[in-house]
Amino acid sequence: MFVLTCPHCLEKREEEEFSYAGEAFIARPAAPEMLDDAAWGDYLFMRKNPKGWHWEMWSHATGCRKFVVVKRNTASHAIAGAWTLAEGRKVYDAEGGAA
Amino acid sequence: MTSFRVQHPNARVDFSKPISFTFDGALHRGFSGDTLASALLASNTRMLARSFKYGRPRGIVGAGPEEPNALVQLEGGAVTIPNLKATQVELYDGLAAWRTTGSPSLAFDLKSVGGRFARFMAAGFYYKTFQSRKLWPKFEHIIRHAAGYGSTPQLPDPESYDHQHHHTDLLVIGGGACGLLSALIAGRAGLSVMLLDEQCEPGGWLLSSPSSSIGGKQVGDWLRDTLTELASLPNVSIKSRTSAFALHDMNMIQAVEQLQDHLPPQSRVDGAPRQRLHRIRAGRVVLAAGAIERPLVFGNNDAPGILTASALTTYLNRYGVACGRRILLQTSNDHVYQGACDLAKAGCEVTIADTRTVINAEWERRARSSGAEVLAGYGIAEAQGRRAVSGAHLVQLDGERNSVKGNGPFVACDALGSSGGLSPTVHLFCHDGGRPTWDEAKLAFVVSANGHAKAGIYCAGAITGTFGLLAALEQTVRVAGEAVESLGKPAGSSAFNLKSGEPSETPARRIFRVPDGKPEGHGKKAFVDFQNDVAASDIHLAVRENYRSIEHIKRDTALGFGTDQGKLSNVNGFAIAADALGKSIPEVGTTTYRPAYSPVTFGTLAGAHEGDTFEPRRYTAMHSAHVARGAEFEPVGQWLRPWYFPINGEDMHASVQREAMAARRSVGMMDASTLGKIDIRGKDVREFLNRIYANAWTQLAPAKCRYGLMLDENGMVFDDGVTACVSDDHFLMTTTTGGAARVMNWLETWHQTEWPDLDVYMTSVTDHWATAAVVGPKSRDVLAKVCKDIDLSPAAFKFMDWREGSVAGVPARVFRISFSGELAFEVNVDANYGHHVWEALLDAGAGHNITPYGTETMHVLRAEKGFIIVGQDTDGSMTPYDLDMAWAVSLKKPFSFIGKRSFTRSDTARSDRKQLVGLLTDDPNMVLKEGAQIIESDIAKPPMPMLGHVTSSYFSPGLGRSIAMAVVRDGISRRSEAGVKAGRDVLYAYAGGKVHRVKVVSAVFIDPEGARQNV
Repeated sequence: MFVLTCPHCLEKREEEEFSYAGEAFIARPAAPEMLDDAAWGDYLFMRKNPKGWHWEMWSHATGCRKFVVVKRNTASHAIAGAWTLAEGRKVYDAEGGAA
Repeated sequence: MTSFRVQHPNARVDFSKPISFTFDGALHRGFSGDTLASALLASNTRMLARSFKYGRPRGIVGAGPEEPNALVQLEGGAVTIPNLKATQVELYDGLAAWRTTGSPSLAFDLKSVGGRFARFMAAGFYYKTFQSRKLWPKFEHIIRHAAGYGSTPQLPDPESYDHQHHHTDLLVIGGGACGLLSALIAGRAGLSVMLLDEQCEPGGWLLSSPSSSIGGKQVGDWLRDTLTELASLPNVSIKSRTSAFALHDMNMIQAVEQLQDHLPPQSRVDGAPRQRLHRIRAGRVVLAAGAIERPLVFGNNDAPGILTASALTTYLNRYGVACGRRILLQTSNDHVYQGACDLAKAGCEVTIADTRTVINAEWERRARSSGAEVLAGYGIAEAQGRRAVSGAHLVQLDGERNSVKGNGPFVACDALGSSGGLSPTVHLFCHDGGRPTWDEAKLAFVVSANGHAKAGIYCAGAITGTFGLLAALEQTVRVAGEAVESLGKPAGSSAFNLKSGEPSETPARRIFRVPDGKPEGHGKKAFVDFQNDVAASDIHLAVRENYRSIEHIKRDTALGFGTDQGKLSNVNGFAIAADALGKSIPEVGTTTYRPAYSPVTFGTLAGAHEGDTFEPRRYTAMHSAHVARGAEFEPVGQWLRPWYFPINGEDMHASVQREAMAARRSVGMMDASTLGKIDIRGKDVREFLNRIYANAWTQLAPAKCRYGLMLDENGMVFDDGVTACVSDDHFLMTTTTGGAARVMNWLETWHQTEWPDLDVYMTSVTDHWATAAVVGPKSRDVLAKVCKDIDLSPAAFKFMDWREGSVAGVPARVFRISFSGELAFEVNVDANYGHHVWEALLDAGAGHNITPYGTETMHVLRAEKGFIIVGQDTDGSMTPYDLDMAWAVSLKKPFSFIGKRSFTRSDTARSDRKQLVGLLTDDPNMVLKEGAQIIESDIAKPPMPMLGHVTSSYFSPGLGRSIAMAVVRDGISRRSEAGVKAGRDVLYAYAGGKVHRVKVVSAVFIDPEGARQNV
């Protein structure tokens, strides 16, 4: 049961207020029709599912309803941080786009 | 059988307050402050249980949550509680408890007959015997009954429960010496402090050890002074009878507080909670959970009267009960000596068999001067006595190896205590993934002696393997000080005088299974886990059968299962497994510690979330109008919607036929307020809708509305509804009743994550509007009576238009849309006027016999038209094409809308997908079962190809016959239309063992041209 500081509300809030919204930074292909079935299938279905650090989105569902980016360790449930989508993207890129 | 009361002044029972209670129907006496266990021991009740597998006589072993045997059923009727540990049940006047094992009686147990065949019931017996699934059901009932354990209550729980949430700077778990000292240090520093202790009063082991001293004070005085100071600190709260049972990430602790369990049922405050769940988010946690003594494992070690040595001490010093007159103590360490001295001084004849050859000279001196006899280098080969221990055969042990060096004396006794060392209560520390480490010097799994091995968790005292009182308190001063300073407060310079009078420690002997000179399995059974009847020989057998992981050995033998969760048995089991495997204990490791530390009732976890307050119930603004008209209701998500409106004792079928015919022939009215409504504004709304919906929104003019299908990115329908254009930058979307929240979240997801550049914002307005759908050929006449400012003529107000005006004097939005195929108007008003407008419309329709109808008639009317219900006729695997709704897809939109690309995925593009069709049975009165399987043959012989299933099925009043909708493989091409191959439109529906011939038709049964809604 983590506590996140919502980067929009700027308050520490309980896990119960957030709902999981999947892996972060899966960009929708700009031109889906240009992709073959395999590449479109990757976008639709394939997720990282790592043991360790994972970049993911949570929605502050019973708070501001905004999405936040969270770097969470799937093994220890440790939280490295929570950012707005834009700020999280910068941190993610600065870390080389991976865990 | 010679327990006796010792009325010494330090005991925590009130000898001036006698209490009577019953166990298994027999009357007993005890005192206020007793537990059920201490009172039963005082009245010489030794045998309280029969063992799980062999039916062996069992008695009390421990004095707290570690108790494996003495499980009782407390009270009867609705408040009965099964499997409470007698060691944790506080005695009250009139208490009634029963045994939970022993069939037909404690004195004669059928399984004990089976016990003579014990060698045929080895570890994994049930797995091995009942590998055949056919056999198990025949025997399960008998075996489960014989295995016993308590009965669940058969009546609803009349008690109430409560939840509380807390935030605190520092949470201390454990109310022993180290916990209290931690609270004092943090309390003096001005932090908000909570201390939880599972017992009825703080003090922990100090309550069992009154002759110890701290800083020159008797522990009783130190305890009193400490509690007085803590009580004077307003920032410190101490909760007794509160068991911390789970530790989650980031210092979230769950604890259950017993508020009224210690009171007689008739004295409990009615309506006040019995137990309270505390959920505590703590800045820092000090874990001072202490340790539990583990017994040594030896032959016949399960006879009643054999306890842990610390339990014997606790019963004497805390409860004033000497468990016997002739007491034999067996130990591997120094911890038993103080208790031995206390027992000897209380008048017991005490013999100590110390397994060590080198023992502590000071303790030996104190023991002998108290009158106890000390035998160094001896252990118990086997105990004597079946229903009560009567003595033990000792053997002389080798000084180095755990083997027998020679014979020893037989020592007669009526109580026997053993100690194999202390096992730190590391459970909470391990709940969120922490692992204890084996300390070979302390012979214990400990948490890091550095105090805080994990962020925010500080460990002090016996849990770290620091067993001596002085050393534990000194460590606590350091660790609690660090915790306080980590919160930005000075730890204070308070000097504590912690000097205690304990002699320095002599190393313990590394011994778990006391040898009897025979190979394992040949001597008397030596039990490791009493509750599950796991003997040392069972662990050896599991290893011989090639189990290697301790997790597998646990599951094969059942070691550490049950209500005590191996608090006494685990470490012995790990050590014996390590010996059998030829590995070290750390190589074998521990099993996984999971919440809950001790059993928690479901009532506590549920709290107030049960019955009417289980989840919110939503009612529409017209609800009382429906109640007044005798509606039957059905839950739809959180909403309670009118289901049908019976009159004159009609059943549902009769109601629905009447309601539906009214809507088809004259006028009906339905409360449609529960549909989800989302107000969407911004200059990019049209583009946003183009991307979200399968159809096009660019051309939709103000005052018009349009039906849309919402798809997921896989191309599958997940919601539908009508969206109205208010103005170019303002639309009102409706969703399914159940999908409102999901759609709102869906819109937010796409807007925030993919298209933040689009200028749109969404507001849920479901509860703001009340909606009455006026349905039927006379609906225009009815509405005209109460709506004067909207031109309702067919030319001015067309199908799929909407108008703003007033209805019954109230501002309204009127939509000319239809979910029935009839001329219909949906009147939306501010929810506060909903009831008024509903009544006004009913009054206006009186001349046309306006008929309110519910969800069942709505379903029938829409099914006659082949209108889908998302979630009933679709299941997340239906594309618009599968639903024969290509008209609701616009492939020409420039932006590749959500789901579009997936239409051409190989699986989505298959021609033989399941598709929505109508079915007509040969027998017009036969209403198929929803869920019936569609097959190709009139003979059902599963396994056979299943072509699909019936999704909706009703008796249609409009057609006077049954109709059904179904999803059928390649169904659209099977429809009974011109050009279909003869016989291809004939299939069979199979349900409930019966097969019915059906004809595949279009799902639109009535008015396929849509003439009726266009008048």
